[in-house]
Order: sequence, then structure tokens, then C-alpha cells
Amino acid sequence: MPKKVENVGCPYCGVCCDDLVVTVSDDGKKILEVENACAIGNQIFHHATGGERVKLPRLRQPDGTYKDISYDEAVDYAAKVLHNAKKPLIYGFGSTNCEGMAAAAKVAERAGAVLDNCASICHGSSFLAIFDNGYPSCTLGETKNRADVIVYWGANPAHAHPRHMSRYSIFPRGFFTGKGQKSRKIIVIDPRHTDTAQVADIYLQVKQGHDYELFDAFRAVVRGHEIPEEVAGIRREQILEVAAIMKKARFGTIFYGMGLCHSDGRNHNVDIAISLTRDLNDYTKWTIMAMRGHYNITGPGAVWSWQYGFPYCLDLTKKDIAHMNPGETSSVDLAMRDEVDAFFNVGTDAGAHFPIEAVKHLRKHPWITVDPNICMASEISDLHIPVGIVGVEVPGIVYRMDNVPIQYRKVIDPPEGVISDEELFERIHRRLCELEAEEAAKGQAKATPEGVRAEE
Amino acid sequence: MKTVTLTLTKPPELMLEGQNITPDNFAGKKAAEIAALDVWEGKQKGPLGKYFTVEGDGGATAAETKIVLRGDCTRVKRIGQQMTAGEIVIEGNADMYIGGWMKGGKMHVKGNVDSFCGIGMEGGELVVDGDAGHHLGASPRGEWRGMQGGVIRVAGNVGNDTATFINGGTIVIGGDADIHISTHGEGGTVIVKGNTKGRVGGQMVKGDIYIYGTIENPLPGFSMVGEVEQEVDGETARFAHYIGDLGERHPVSRGKTVYANLYTRI
Repeated sequence: MPKKVENVGCPYCGVCCDDLVVTVSDDGKKILEVENACAIGNQIFHHATGGERVKLPRLRQPDGTYKDISYDEAVDYAAKVLHNAKKPLIYGFGSTNCEGMAAAAKVAERAGAVLDNCASICHGSSFLAIFDNGYPSCTLGETKNRADVIVYWGANPAHAHPRHMSRYSIFPRGFFTGKGQKSRKIIVIDPRHTDTAQVADIYLQVKQGHDYELFDAFRAVVRGHEIPEEVAGIRREQILEVAAIMKKARFGTIFYGMGLCHSDGRNHNVDIAISLTRDLNDYTKWTIMAMRGHYNITGPGAVWSWQYGFPYCLDLTKKDIAHMNPGETSSVDLAMRDEVDAFFNVGTDAGAHFPIEAVKHLRKHPWITVDPNICMASEISDLHIPVGIVGVEVPGIVYRMDNVPIQYRKVIDPPEGVISDEELFERIHRRLCELEAEEAAKGQAKATPEGVRAEE
Repeated sequence: MKTVTLTLTKPPELMLEGQNITPDNFAGKKAAEIAALDVWEGKQKGPLGKYFTVEGDGGATAAETKIVLRGDCTRVKRIGQQMTAGEIVIEGNADMYIGGWMKGGKMHVKGNVDSFCGIGMEGGELVVDGDAGHHLGASPRGEWRGMQGGVIRVAGNVGNDTATFINGGTIVIGGDADIHISTHGEGGTVIVKGNTKGRVGGQMVKGDIYIYGTIENPLPGFSMVGEVEQEVDGETARFAHYIGDLGERHPVSRGKTVYANLYTRI
């Protein structure tokens, strides 16, 4: 008889829906049905058992084809690449668990690598703004139970976070929001009339790349100053109207997405959004939240901040000092400036997400992909190591977009022999330690010994 | 003053981190000792002499030491970082963090520099004959006390995020500037002799900005209050005077609210 597994967490987006019901076949080998998930989350579960999976690491051969190798050989190859590189880059982690991230950080520290996560090309600019200006945020539960005004700024949850609006922001009936959507005002600010804009009470079509000016206008209005007749393509009356709604709210939340993080100014757009949130708290309660993309992209920020004090773009090449400065230590910049000589792509697809020029630069050096599936990165790698799918085959801790940790469970076993990210990185770490010990025994330090004179 | 000449003979494969190339570290050292100082290429620590030839000994103190860098230093970072006295001349281009956290002395770059130059500067003088990248004279990430003092002069153009969180000191830009000048500024002066793209003085509390050219997208938080004649960088000119950022908090001094000043040349 098929088994129903309840309260399963979804390994797709930052909303981390934890109400899925998954039906597994008698033998526990096939996923038959997924209830409550959105179309994308549904597909992730079915994909696990629906087709052929890569079950062994694959190493690129001189003729360009892939050849299956054992996990031991793959671990040895990966450890040697890390050991021999002057500045390896380990990037990804949007779609794995915190245990895997911690193990990868151990490897990065040992190898003297740069450790970066997908925030680097996503919400990293939010981190920079948060460093500069704080983060007056809340949990999604507070928004659901209290918020009567919701602002989506440069975010399109209708497509990117399909159940965000129904679970937390617009439609749910919460403790103080018993009328659901009827008691909420929805404001959408976006250059494009998105599907999210279709459910808005007020839609402001901001001129692309001029969000900062519009925020500045809102702040000036909230403080009672005059503003020009039109700012960033929005008429003054509309700005005054929205500012009045915001000031009169009982509880408001600004959800913002890539529209702020990836238009001109990046962190400054988020920074001034935080400033506006702070200003509004002179009148009522307002909060702000980043619409984090993957289900556990908040995880590396939490794990590595705890381990090293920085959430992303960690330069661990000096081993005892963690240095972080996006623009210098961020993956794409490192690639474009030819500053790294080995690349690890873990639980993401840099092949698809990075600018093609950055991919070309990285491809000059060894490229290793750790991912359960075939993706663009896995197809251009020197080595592809398959791992179990977190949330489907591997349990673990993930962080929701509001920094709430959730224990994910597994519903089936991974294909026979396939290991988890955590186990893989623990094994690479052990092999790295062995390589270092071997080298020390030979007495040939790889780096030039200290104090050697130029003329010697 | 004694001169140490470094010539880059073996360029690094990746980027070289030369935070030890300062008059402070070279002072009191013979050429051979200078060649043994550490520089970093990724995780590999090597002696400076592996990449540069070193001629001349350092002076007795930092103030008596002058460093001249020859060869293509485009891939050398952090030259003159945290220097307190003395002089550095870079004959060509240099990479990031040139003159970062500088406290005193003088640096002269005859070519271009990349981003983060003069960040967290407290004193001294940084002169760049070419262009500078982003974050010129800005604060390090997360630091709300930006540039405290000193002078930065860039003859060419600069990127974005110039003088973020500026608290004191002066930045003079001969060419154009990209977006974000003196964002979150709490003091200091920025003079742009060319044009700017926009976001000039966003979230600014105090301080002065002079723009000789145009501002493509002025901020709504700045309001014109009159015209003034002022002497700026040795010449007198007429400026339109704006105050702002009206959206930001502003301190009150002797009963009057203190705003940041933006002057555009008439």
C-alpha cells in the first residue's frame, strides 16, 4: 500500500512550504503524488524518481566524453584540485542543507579557498545594505497575522514564489487579519505590469532603474517636504496617496526582490528601502523582508556568519583571517578579473546563471560540479559528482526567507551508492588533510619558504 | 629621503596582494630585507623579491622613505595600504585598495587605479593622474564612519559609490562620476568638475558636494535655496545652492537644522 508522508518541506523557493503531502510507492522507491505544492515544487519531487539519474561521478576524458568513476576517485581528484590551486573558488549552496554548507566551509578553510553562495548574484546586495543600515524585519507569520498593507517592490511572487501570496501576504486569514484579502491593501511597484501587479489595489509603474529616486520622494513626503510634480515616472498625487496609506497602516511589510537588488545602485536601493521602513516606524509598525530565492539560500548566510562572521564572498585564502568585500571577493568579479584558478559549483548552476564571459574565464581552470542533476554547469565540467536531493532524499536544516530554521525530512532513499553533500565534503576534507600530511612528510613545502631572499 | 625602487619583473598569475609595500614597512630595512617581506598570491605567501627587483634601502623612518614602483602593477593590490608617512610613486597603473586606510604621507599614481582606493582614509594625500574605479574614498563594507580626512585627487573619471559615508576630508574629481556620490555622507567635501549620472547626495546628512557639470537625474530630496559665490579648489565661481537630503534625518545646531549642501555651477 502506498505510504503518505505528511508535513514535508518543499525544496524549491524561499517560502519553504512545510505542508506538503507526498505519496510514495510500496517499495519506497517511487514518488507517486505530491499534494499542496506549486507546479515547480511538485516537479522537483517527481523529477527525483521520474527519469534516469546520474549515480556515479563522471570525469571528463581527453576526447571530451564523460567516464564513470568511483566516489573515492572523485574525492581524490577534487581534493587534489583544491590542494594545488592558489586560489580556488567554491560557489553555490542555494539548494542544499546547512549541514552540507558547514562541511563545505570546513573544506574551504582547509584549502584556503574563496567561499561564496548564490547571494553573490542575487540578494548579496541586501546583505551590504543590512550591514550599513540594519534590518527591521519580522517573520512571515507576523505578516500573515498582522499586516494590513503589503508592498511588493521589484518582486514577482506570482512566478518566483508561487505560494507566497496565498500562505503569508495577501490571501490568508490570520489572527488579527480575519477578513483575509478584504482587509488588506496591496501595493505593487514594478517597471513591468507583472502577474503580481494584477492582484494589486495600487500599482505604480516606476521608471526602470529609478527606484532610489522614488524611495527618496517617499521619504521626503513622510517627513512633510515638497517633492517635484513627477518622480521616476510617478505623479506626485500618487506618491502622496501611497505615502498616506503607508502611514495609516496598522502593520505593513515591504517585500522586495531582484528589482531593487539588480538595478542600478543595487545595495543602495535596498538601503534606502530600509531607511523608509525606519521612517515609517515613527508613525506605525513597518517591516521589510528580502524575497530570498532558493529554499535554503538564507542558510549559508546564517551558517557562515556563525562560522566566520560574514555571510558570503568569504576569502579564506589566509586561513586564519576571513576577508569579505563583494566587488573583489565576489564570484563573478573574481572570474572576470582572472583571480581564481579552480572552480567548485555546488548545488546551483553557474553555467546558466553567470555571465558567459565569467564562465569562459572560469573554464580556463579545473571546474567541478556537485549536483544531483544534469545542468549546464555539469555538462561543461571536468568532474560531475552526483549527490542526493535535499528535502527529497536527504534530510537537514534549511532557513526560510525570514531566517526561520526548518527541519526538512526525506521521503525516499537516494539512488544506491549516491551520497549526501555533507558526506562528500567530509570525505574531501579528510583527503585534503592526508595530502597536506603527505606533503609535510616529504618536506617539500609548496609555497616558497618564508624569509628566502630575492638574490638566493 | 631615501628611495627604494621596486620593478615588477615577474607578474603574478592571479593577483598580488602587496599590503607590505608601504614606507612604514620599508623603513629601517636594507634592500635584501625588503625583498624578503611577504606578499600574497592567493593562498601562496612568497617574498616580495620573487616578483620585484628591489634597489635601494629604506630610510630610517617612514617619513624618510620614498618608494617608486615600476613595471606593470595593474595586478597588484593594496599598495600603500595603512601608510602613515613617506611617499609612494606608482609609475603606471595599479589595482584595488591603493591608499586604503591611509593615515598620512603622499601617494602618486601616474596611471589608472581600480576600485576601493582610498577607502577608510584618515589623512595624507592620494593623487591619481588617470581614472579610478568604484568606491573611491568610500567606507569599507558595513562601516558607518567613512573617510575621515586627507585629500584624494583623481584627474580622470571615477565609477560609482564615491565617498559613501564620508565624514571628513576632500575628494576632487577632474572628470565625470557615475551614480552615488557621498551617499550617507556626514561631512567632508566632494568636488566633481565633470558631469554626474545621478543619486548625488542620497541619504546625506551633512557635508558639501560641488558639481561643475550636469546631474543627469537629480534627487527629489534636494531643494534649491538660492545662489552663492564661493571659492572652490582655488577658483571662485557662482553656484546654485541646494539643501538635502530632505528625506534623511538632520541634526539641529543652535536652533537651526543642519542640511547637506549641494552646489551646481551656474
